[in-house]
Amino acid sequence: MDFLFITQQTLSATIGVNTIIFALAAIGLNMHFGYTGLLNFGQAGFLAIGAYSVAVPVVSFGIPLWIAFLIGIFNSIIFALLLGIPTLRLRADYLAIVTIAAAEIVRQIARSATFNEWLGGSDGITGKFGKEFFDLNPFKSGLDTPILRFNANDLWVVIVGWSLVAVITFVMWIMVNSPWGRLMRAIREDEDAVRSLGKNVYLYKMQSLIIGGVIGSIGGFVYALSRQSVQPDNYGTALTFFAYTVLILGGAARVFSPVVGAMIFWFLIVFIEQILRQGVSNNLIPDWLIGVNQVGQIRFMLMGLGLMALMIFRPQGIFGDKKELALDAKA
Amino acid sequence: MLSVSSILFLGSNASATETAAAPTKLYGTITDKDGIALPNIGIAVTGPEEFTKNVETDAQGNWEVEILTKGSFNLTINQDDLPEGQSLTDPTKATIRANVFSLGNDLKLLFPIGPGIAKASMLERSAQLALDGLILGLVIGLAALGLNLIFGTTGLTNFAHGEILTMGGLLIYYLSAVLKFPVLVAAPIGVLLGAFISGFLQDRYLWKPLRKRGTGLIAMLVVSIGLAIFLRYFFLFLFGGDTRQLPQYAGQAGLEFGLVSITPKSILTTSIGIILIILATLWLLKTRMGKASRAVSDNPALASASGIDVQKVIRAVWVLGAALATYAGVIITINQGVSFLMGQDMLLLIFAAVTLGGLGTANGALVGSLIIGLFVQLSTLFIPTELKYVGALIILIIILIIRPQGILGKKERIG
Repeated sequence: MDFLFITQQTLSATIGVNTIIFALAAIGLNMHFGYTGLLNFGQAGFLAIGAYSVAVPVVSFGIPLWIAFLIGIFNSIIFALLLGIPTLRLRADYLAIVTIAAAEIVRQIARSATFNEWLGGSDGITGKFGKEFFDLNPFKSGLDTPILRFNANDLWVVIVGWSLVAVITFVMWIMVNSPWGRLMRAIREDEDAVRSLGKNVYLYKMQSLIIGGVIGSIGGFVYALSRQSVQPDNYGTALTFFAYTVLILGGAARVFSPVVGAMIFWFLIVFIEQILRQGVSNNLIPDWLIGVNQVGQIRFMLMGLGLMALMIFRPQGIFGDKKELALDAKA
Repeated sequence: MLSVSSILFLGSNASATETAAAPTKLYGTITDKDGIALPNIGIAVTGPEEFTKNVETDAQGNWEVEILTKGSFNLTINQDDLPEGQSLTDPTKATIRANVFSLGNDLKLLFPIGPGIAKASMLERSAQLALDGLILGLVIGLAALGLNLIFGTTGLTNFAHGEILTMGGLLIYYLSAVLKFPVLVAAPIGVLLGAFISGFLQDRYLWKPLRKRGTGLIAMLVVSIGLAIFLRYFFLFLFGGDTRQLPQYAGQAGLEFGLVSITPKSILTTSIGIILIILATLWLLKTRMGKASRAVSDNPALASASGIDVQKVIRAVWVLGAALATYAGVIITINQGVSFLMGQDMLLLIFAAVTLGGLGTANGALVGSLIIGLFVQLSTLFIPTELKYVGALIILIIILIIRPQGILGKKERIG
């Protein structure tokens, strides 16, 4: 086994592009679920809206990328309103079903042949829509050390991405420690009590949905830009579920937990995958047990088991506080 | 200074894009339903990098296109070129996709052609779609009934319910295609096995211990998501990613009844499904256990205090729900084949049906299922087939705006 290679791959993934995307998605969910108690299972829809909003205007309509970012923010606010108006009055489990349906609607419309002309059908959109972003890249070459390795474009995405994560985390920290943030937590714990104080709970829930959704769609920007392509099937329900895994892993209702959770999540995934791959290709794991193409499936199986175990044995996550978040206050 | 320069390298140049090696041939033969070659049929090919090419079939019905790049290609047959009385068996599949992952491997592609259903009248299409919709509604209903009973008695929103269908499909596939049991024997064995594994064992070794620990409802919901992900990829690991048909009764011809056509296997599987639903409803309404289960859904603490063994009722509900859902998977497998994604594809429709009818109400689930089934199929009269599930999900959201408690639900669910 090539342990140096495994280390390099694993550490690069731990602070890599995927970690940033999942951290942003989970920060949004932390706003929804961790602080307000909204069981939003449609986060993948927000990421899809963000990703398509940067790709479609640039590729199909020739609009500058910077305006496309604004369109993306605008679209995710609209999506949050569409989602929130019918659902925020419902109980938590209904909210889950409706939001998952809404995200699926977004994905199926995006991949349909009917809108192929603009949205690219099931192949999605591939093109140089991030050119304006990568033109600003000051790095002419990538990073190649024994422990970390990024090419020039990824290095630029990683640096900009982590800066974004830092800014958003800081803003989140200010928000959740403000009177507004305490009100959100009060809604999570007991909606009726907040209502009895004369607050418009519906309006505050909507604010939470919009803010978390916009953060999710920023994750979608990073997803689209880093790959220079948008594939509709990347934005399926699994993306939402893994964002939840990240959030629960770190511990919901902690400002830093989505970031730490994303790092641990990708560390584990890539580490296990690399070990399995090396094991299979060096014949340490017999071929009849796991084929080369089955490593990815094993990885998903472990992710499913991990999510179950986490929820059963440590629902407050690694850094979460059981007292802070009674996960079932709303059930 | 050396160490600094060794950190940096020309990363962007290292990953130069791969282009053309050997050309790849996409080819095929177009014949009519009797196997006679059809010449001069136009096929338009589009692909990456604005690749477009139009070809026609030769006198033997053969056509081919050479391509030089990897990627996805769309091939569209010109349906107007087909002679009178011939059309695609599915007129919406005029475009097929070819994914070329490696160059040099030729790909054979088929456009299935048969007697024209495209020329059917609006009335005939509506009648056929209504029948298809009722059958789909029945399949959803079988699954939804169990989901709803489990929700009613335990409060669990089970995201792993679709995997019970998939497992039912896989069980009957292995029993009939691998162990060579006749389908008529394999189906009941499959349902019993499904009820035992997905119902009894699942409740005994997963959900009951969780209830004992006092795990909350949302925590259990997330556990069911983890279980669904695990099972889905476990099935993929075992079974592979393709859709497989049962060898027996595979190409059964449909029987014509006036406006509609239906295969004998579909008639039989559907009738048994209706009988099962009636039996389940009778069980709920007439037997002691069924009444107890309704008491438990209404108020578990009171039911327990009045001497009902709540755990036993829940176990019975799990076994019944799993048996019905397994049979739903069996119906799909016999009529359309089985794939590891089968349950996931159905899950949102099941949820939509249950939400529409009223979560926790048994009759509501059935009404909701029939509405969703009919709506999904009939909507294809007006919207593209590929968007039919979107229509169902949009209906779900609209119903929730107008009547949040569902058609037959009680008001209590509004948060």
